Amino acid sequence: MTIRVLVAKVGLDGHDRGIKVVARTLRDAGMEVIYTGLFQTPETVATAAVDEDVDVVGLSMLSGAHMTLAPLVVDALRERDCSAPVVVGGIIPKSDVDELKRAGIAAVLGPGATADEVVSVVRGAANAAT
Amino acid sequence: MSPTARDEWRERYERSHLRDVPFRTMSGIPLDPVYGPNDAEFPGVFPYTRGPYASMYRSKLWTMRMFAGFGTAVDTNERFREIIRAGGDGLSTAFDMPTLLGLDSDDPMSLGEVGRCGVAIDSIVDMSDLFAGINLGEISTSMTINSPAAPILAMFVAQAEAAGVARKHLRGTLQNDILKEYQAQKEFVFPPRQSMRLVRDVIAFTTAEMPQWHSVSISGYHIREAGSTAAEELAFTLANGFAYVELAEEAGLAVDAFAPRLSFFFNAHIDFFEEIAKYRAARRIWARWMRDRYHSKDERSQQLRFHAQTAGVSLTAQQVEVNVVRTAIEALAATLGGAQSLHTNSMDEALALPTDRAARIALRTQQVIAHETNVAHVADPLGGSWFVESLTDEMERQAEEILATVSNKGGGSMLDGCINGIEDNWFQSRIADSAYELERALNADERIVVGVNRFLEGNEEDAGEILRITREQEQKQRDRLRDVRGSRDDERVSAARQDLARLAADPEANLMPALIVAAREKVTLGEMMTSLGNVFGRHVETPSI
Repeated sequence: MTIRVLVAKVGLDGHDRGIKVVARTLRDAGMEVIYTGLFQTPETVATAAVDEDVDVVGLSMLSGAHMTLAPLVVDALRERDCSAPVVVGGIIPKSDVDELKRAGIAAVLGPGATADEVVSVVRGAANAAT
Repeated sequence: MSPTARDEWRERYERSHLRDVPFRTMSGIPLDPVYGPNDAEFPGVFPYTRGPYASMYRSKLWTMRMFAGFGTAVDTNERFREIIRAGGDGLSTAFDMPTLLGLDSDDPMSLGEVGRCGVAIDSIVDMSDLFAGINLGEISTSMTINSPAAPILAMFVAQAEAAGVARKHLRGTLQNDILKEYQAQKEFVFPPRQSMRLVRDVIAFTTAEMPQWHSVSISGYHIREAGSTAAEELAFTLANGFAYVELAEEAGLAVDAFAPRLSFFFNAHIDFFEEIAKYRAARRIWARWMRDRYHSKDERSQQLRFHAQTAGVSLTAQQVEVNVVRTAIEALAATLGGAQSLHTNSMDEALALPTDRAARIALRTQQVIAHETNVAHVADPLGGSWFVESLTDEMERQAEEILATVSNKGGGSMLDGCINGIEDNWFQSRIADSAYELERALNADERIVVGVNRFLEGNEEDAGEILRITREQEQKQRDRLRDVRGSRDDERVSAARQDLARLAADPEANLMPALIVAAREKVTLGEMMTSLGNVFGRHVETPSI
């Protein structure tokens, strides 16, 4: 089965270099990738994830809002009975990782993540969920 | 015999006031202000490839302008004072995401973003706290703000005048470069043409009333950070610059009335010689186009002056101390390339906003280059190098090719070319393609980055302390805003907002005076932007990978 991934920018952060590179990287690795575009809310991301029936939701966050917004995306997904794992990438300090995981984030890709790591973490999250 | 370029340069050099330092090497060898044969290009002489001024850093070192902003205005004011104490000589304000998008701190969309990657400014009250105790008649101030540039400038002017500094004495720079927002940085609010009307209003207002103010800082920095090549950064930036020239001319301003107050902002990336060639080519192209295509007569309209910032994207999260070295090399390229001001990034910025200590080391890096290395003694020290001259010509050739494409996209108008290229996603997709190519080269090990794909020993070490913005700071800002809203005369607030909406609907009107009135009435940034947005509409980008 081809893995379907929704990549999303939630909040006000306009930095989209990373998410576009990641989207192309996942696509080149054989996944189907849907990009939400900028300035999404947790609700619009969750709705898109349900509508597109994706296996994984990827969030790209570089503005420091991850501790507030990433858990809200998880909550919005679960409220819609969507069990897709959420992977967060971007400028995420290591010291925030444990708290994000406790809030239901499946995996965190920090600023040093390589393309191979991105692909294997997303694939791993999709496989663990099914 | 007609005077040579050297004669022309010498005449200007001899009129320049020089710094009182010995211009010789460490071992005592006296140094000329510039080197080259009589018929070479010379600094301060058209086309200014070697620098806008004849004496360059012999008269004035670059301004060490450190970019800072986080938390509340009170938090950032403390950092500003620290920068001034440490010997920084210009301020540069980083705003948080809600402010960049013209939203108040209590807007539901602002949740989690308040004060995170810059300072939160909701009203003139915050603006006053931001600059409390700082004499704005003496220090120059740069504000990195684009979509809400006009309302933020209005708050800045209103608070400075309340503190007793007349607008004509204010020195500084408003970024106000909206085109690159659609192309690269993506902090846009209104559709492109409506946004350009606000840019026009600022240019017209500052030209008439703020003679020491730079109305637009035409910025390649974010284009490069978003992934472009050096030639794309150069060409897109100049194209945007020409678009602003055409915009102001359409508004009836004479080119030499406003063009001397346009300035530039380039990236200082890690490819040392390519960056230096980029700055040299930028000055040459700008000078030629401003003289030949836009018929400026004032040489200041033709002299490209720029701020540089070291490349945020070149920093690694691995082995963060190594970033000090990267930043030093990039800063050296900017100074050998003749930058007028410079921000050096801090080593920890791949992880978070910088700590005080990291920001101080970044400033010290500039001070070492300025005062220990002696590189500031000779203008354009690499001029005449076969390699650098050839690379400069190649940069120029590639940029001219891209500029011709933009001009064609606009049917001969750079203004239309830039807007059309945004609307059909041309700029954005070129940048995304270049970013992906760089990433591919890294993953294929064609490009080596220390600590990322080679020399990994040490990656396991902890990066140490980073700056944390607490949730309490965000709540504090919302409480401050609530107090401001409670302290206003609601009738006057509502009248000021109605004026904004009425004038926004009149494309001939200049919105700046009404924005200043609104700022004095403590109309919030979000309220100003909503009043304008109800008339202008909102821009939505079609998502593309």
